[in-house]
Amino acid sequence: MALSSTEIKEIAYLARIAIQDNEVPHFQKELSSILDFVAQLQSIDTDKVEPLSNPLDQTQRLRADEVTETNQRDANQEGAPLVEEGLYLVPKVIE
Amino acid sequence: MQWEAVIGLEIHTQLSTKSKIFSGSSTAFGAEPNVQASIVDLGLPGTLPVFNKEALRMAVKFGLAIDAEIGKHSVFDRKNYFYPDLPKGYQITQLHHPIVKQGHVDIRLDDGQVRRIGVTRAHLEEDAGKSLHEDFHGMSGIDLNRAGTPLLEIVSEPDLRSSKEAAAYFKKIHSIVTYLGICDGNLSQGSMRCDCNVSIRPVGTKELGTRTELKNINSFRFVEKAIDAEIDRQIDILESGGSITQETRLYDADKNETRSMRSKEVANDYRYFPDPDLLPVEIDDAYIQDVRDTLPELPDEKIVRLVQEQGLSEYDASVLAQTKEMADFFEETAKSCGDYKLAANWTMGELSAALNKHELNISQSPISSEQLGLLVTRIKDNTISGKIAKQVFQSLWDKEGDTVDAIIENKGLKQVTDTGAIEAIVDEVLAASSEQVANYQSAPEDKRKKMIGFFVGQVMKASKGKANPGQVNAILAKKLG
Amino acid sequence: MYSKTIKAISDDLADKKYSSAELTTELLNKAKQHNETLNGFIRITEEQALSAAKKADENRAKGISTPLTGVPIAHKDLFCTQGIATTSASKMLESFIPPYDATVVTRLSEAGVVSIGKTNMDEFAMGSSNESSHFGPVRNPWDTERVPGGSSGGSAAVVAARLVPAATATDTGGSIRQPAALTGTTGLKPTYGRISRWGMIAFASSLDQAGPIATSAEDCAMLLNAMAGFDDKDSTSVKRPAEDFTASLSSSLKGTTIGLPKQYFPENLDPKVASLVQSAIREYEKMGCKLKEIDLPTTQHAIPAYYIIAPSECSANLARMDGVRFGHRCENPENLDDLFTRSRAEGFGDEVKRRIFTGTYALSAGFYDAYYVKAQKVRRLIKNDFARAFEEVDVIMGPAAPSVAFKLGEKGADPLAMYLEDYFTIAINLAGLPGMSIPAGFSDGLPVGLQIIGNHFDESTLLNFAHQYQSVSDWHTKTPEGFEG
Repeated sequence: MALSSTEIKEIAYLARIAIQDNEVPHFQKELSSILDFVAQLQSIDTDKVEPLSNPLDQTQRLRADEVTETNQRDANQEGAPLVEEGLYLVPKVIE
Repeated sequence: MQWEAVIGLEIHTQLSTKSKIFSGSSTAFGAEPNVQASIVDLGLPGTLPVFNKEALRMAVKFGLAIDAEIGKHSVFDRKNYFYPDLPKGYQITQLHHPIVKQGHVDIRLDDGQVRRIGVTRAHLEEDAGKSLHEDFHGMSGIDLNRAGTPLLEIVSEPDLRSSKEAAAYFKKIHSIVTYLGICDGNLSQGSMRCDCNVSIRPVGTKELGTRTELKNINSFRFVEKAIDAEIDRQIDILESGGSITQETRLYDADKNETRSMRSKEVANDYRYFPDPDLLPVEIDDAYIQDVRDTLPELPDEKIVRLVQEQGLSEYDASVLAQTKEMADFFEETAKSCGDYKLAANWTMGELSAALNKHELNISQSPISSEQLGLLVTRIKDNTISGKIAKQVFQSLWDKEGDTVDAIIENKGLKQVTDTGAIEAIVDEVLAASSEQVANYQSAPEDKRKKMIGFFVGQVMKASKGKANPGQVNAILAKKLG
Repeated sequence: MYSKTIKAISDDLADKKYSSAELTTELLNKAKQHNETLNGFIRITEEQALSAAKKADENRAKGISTPLTGVPIAHKDLFCTQGIATTSASKMLESFIPPYDATVVTRLSEAGVVSIGKTNMDEFAMGSSNESSHFGPVRNPWDTERVPGGSSGGSAAVVAARLVPAATATDTGGSIRQPAALTGTTGLKPTYGRISRWGMIAFASSLDQAGPIATSAEDCAMLLNAMAGFDDKDSTSVKRPAEDFTASLSSSLKGTTIGLPKQYFPENLDPKVASLVQSAIREYEKMGCKLKEIDLPTTQHAIPAYYIIAPSECSANLARMDGVRFGHRCENPENLDDLFTRSRAEGFGDEVKRRIFTGTYALSAGFYDAYYVKAQKVRRLIKNDFARAFEEVDVIMGPAAPSVAFKLGEKGADPLAMYLEDYFTIAINLAGLPGMSIPAGFSDGLPVGLQIIGNHFDESTLLNFAHQYQSVSDWHTKTPEGFEG
C-alpha cells in the first residue's frame, strides 16, 4: 500500500512532528513497506474472535477516594522548559 | 418560512470526589497554579493512572437516577489530540462502552407541560487544565490543577426544540446531580459546562440540518441566549440563500452573538483506542443494587410527595423542588412550623423576592430556615398577624435582632387579643368618627360590608397593627349593630 | 579477587571477604575504563553508587540485610531514578531529571542493591540493535564491530563484559531476550503484570515488562525476588502470593515435557543457531525431559500484529513529550503548532518517528478496524495458540534470535529487516507469557541463545529449566576476551 506524500504530511501533522520536504520520500517508502507487511493480517479469519487489549484479560482495580498527594510543584517544575509564577508558559493559546 | 430548532446538549459535570479520577491529587477549587498537579496529572514519563472508586459510584448513581441502563462492562479509551492544557496528549474518556447508557429525564415547561428528553449516554472522563490568557510576555500560562478532575459527560438526544427547553433540561440535570450529591453544581466555578449542538429545519420536515456546536457555556441564562443567537444566525443565513458550516462556535455574551473558534478549525482525528494502562471496569447486579439503595429522594419524587401528601400546587412544588438548596430550605422551614402551605408561601413569596432583590441565592439567605419557620409559627399561634410578620421578616433580614421572638418582644409587636383592650380602642375610634358611624348605620345592609373596612383600618392603625383582625371585625360588627 | 555472580558476591559480602564499597569502587573503575569502547552506560553515577555501597556495608554490619545488600547492578535508562537524569536514550529527555523513582528502582534499593549507572538502549526501547540511541550505539563485547542487540543492548553488554553482575532491562517484543542471546547473558522477561511498570518510561503499555539480565538463572531468580510484586500504582500489576523464585531451581526435570513449535525451527534458520539450540535441547533429553512437537499456527502473524499494536500504543504514549512540562523544547516557537511540531521533530530520532507515524496511521479514522482491531483479534489467536500448547507441555523451547550478533550498520537501511530480528520473541509479549534466553554455545565465537517460554506466572519452572541446563553447561560462565579482569 503506497502512501502519497500528502498522506505522509497529514500523518506527521496529526502526530505533531515537523517534517521537511526532503524527509518525505524516505518516510513514504518505509511506511508504505511497513503497511504492505502488516497487510498480511487481512488474510486471517478473525470473524468470531474478540479483540485482546490486555494479555491477561484483567479487570480494573479501584482506588479509594483519598487525597494522597501533597504540593510538589517546585520539584515537578525544576526541569520544566519555561515556567513563571508557577505556570507553564506556551505561545499564546488562541480560542 | 417557519423554522424549528433541533438541539442536543453535552453537559460536562465535575464529580465532587475528594481526589482526582486517576490520581490522589486534591480536586479543591481555587488553589495556587499547579500545586494540585501531581506527576500523574502532569503526565510525567512512567506515571500511570488508577481509577477512583467514588467516581464510578457517582456515575452509577446518576445512571440509576435517570432510569438508564448501567454499563456493567465499561472501557476507558484514549482520545488523542495535542493541546497545551492536555498533559498526556490524550484525554482518558469512554467512547464505545460508557458507564451509563440510554436513559431519560422529564422537563416541565412554563405552561406546565411535561416533556421527556432522552439521554443517549453519560461517560466518565478526565478534565483538562486551563490556559490563562493574562499576558506573560505575549505567552499563555498553563495551570494543570484541574487536569484529572473527574467529569461525567451527559449527552442528550437531539430532543430539545427551543432554547427554553434546553435551559429547562440543563436545570433539570443540575437539579438531579445536586440532589444526588455527585456535583456541587457551582456553575460560576465551572462545575457544570455545557456544549450545545444546534441546527434548524423547516417545521414539518424530518431531515436534520447542518449543526454547529456552541462550546463551554456555564450558565442557564447563557444557554438560552446563546442558542437564541445561534438560531437567529442560522435562520438569517438560510433565508438569504446561504448554507451552514459545521463548526465549533463560542458565545460572546457581551455582543450576544456566536463566533467561529479558529483554533478548532482543522477537523481533528482523535484516534480513539482502549487505554492499555487501564482495564475494563466490571460491575455486577449486587453493586448496582447497593448503589440503588443509597439513592436519595429525587426532584420528581419530591414534587409528587409535596403535591400528594402536603397539598401544594404542582407549580409551587416544582419551583420549591428545583434546586436542592431551595428544597432543603423549604422542607426545614415546613418541618419547623408544621405547615407546608404557609411555609411555601413565605419561601416563594417574601423570601424569594428579597433574595432576588439582593441577588443572593438561597444558601446565602440571611434568614435561616429555622427562623422563617418560627415566623410562620408565630402567625399560626396568633402571636402576630400576617402583616406584622412582614415587618418582623424585614427586621430579621436587616439583622435588627437574632430571633423572631426577640424582635417581636423588643419591638412590642405582640398581637393584642385581650377583648377588653380591643373594645376600648374600638370605642375610641367610633367616638372620633360619629359622622361615619351615622352614615354606616343609615346605609342599606349590602353596602355596610364594604363600609366596615374603614373602621377596621382605623382600629388597626390605632393599635399599631397589633390588634387581632378577627376580633376587631367581630367587636365592630356587634357595636355598630 | 572479586566474584562475578550475584550469588557469589552475596556470599562474599556476608563472609566479609570484601566490602560493597571496595567492590563498587572496582566496578566503577572498570565501567569508566571500558565505557569508551562499549558505550554501555549513558551515565555512570559514581557518587550515588559509593554512598549506596557505604550504606549497604553499614547495614550489613548492623545485620540489616537481604541477599542483595551491597550488590552492584545498573539500571536501563528508562527506569526513572529520582534526581538522576533518565533519558530513554532520547534527545527528547536528555535533560529530564525525574522527581521520583520507578517501582523497580525503589524495590531494588530497598533490597540494598547499589546502582552504578544508567545503561544505554535503543531510543525509547524501539530497536533490536541499540543503534537508535541518541547517545550512540552500544558495542558487543564479544566483537566490538557488532551490535549487542536491543533494545536493552547496554544492559546486556555491561553484564556480558562483567562490568556489573546484572542489570535491569525491559522487554516489549524481545528487548531482554534478543540482546541476552546476542551477548551470551541470561535474560528473563517475566509474565506481564508480574513487575510494576510504574516509573518505567512507556513504549507499548500492554507489552512492556521489566526483567533482569544477569550471568545465570540463579542470579535472575534472586533479582526477580526483589523486583516482582504487586504495586497499587500500576492498574495492570497483578496481586499474587509472594514467591521465592530460587526455591525450585534445583528440582529434577525428569518426566517434564518440552514443546518444540515447528514454526520455531524454520528452514531458513541459521544452521549454526539451529544446531546449537538442538544440542541444548538434547541435554534436556538427557535429564529426562520428553520432547513434543507442537503447533503455534499464528506465529508468522505475530510480527505484523505487533507492528500495529506497539506503534499505536507508542504514538499515544509519546504524545506527552510536547515541550511544555518537561523534556526538549525548540528555540523560540512562533506559535503552539510550531512548539509541538518542532520540539518533537528535534527530540525524536527516525525510528521513533517511524513508529509514531505507523501508529498514528493505524489508529486514524477509517483504518482503525482494519488495522488496530484486526491486530488485537490476531493477538487473541496467538494467546490461544499458547494456551492450547501449555495444556500438553511444561515449557516451550526454541531459538531466542534468528542469528548471531550482526555488524553495526548491517540492518540500518531496512527497518523491516530489523523487525524480523524479533521473530521468535514477539509472540510471547503479545500473549503476556514469561520467557528467558540462556547461553547455548558459540557460533564462530559469537553467542547463541536458547529461548525457554513458560506459562503465565510460571517463572519458577522457567528458572528451574534454565538453572538445570546451567548446572551441566558452562556457556554462561564464558567471558569475552579483554574483559576477564
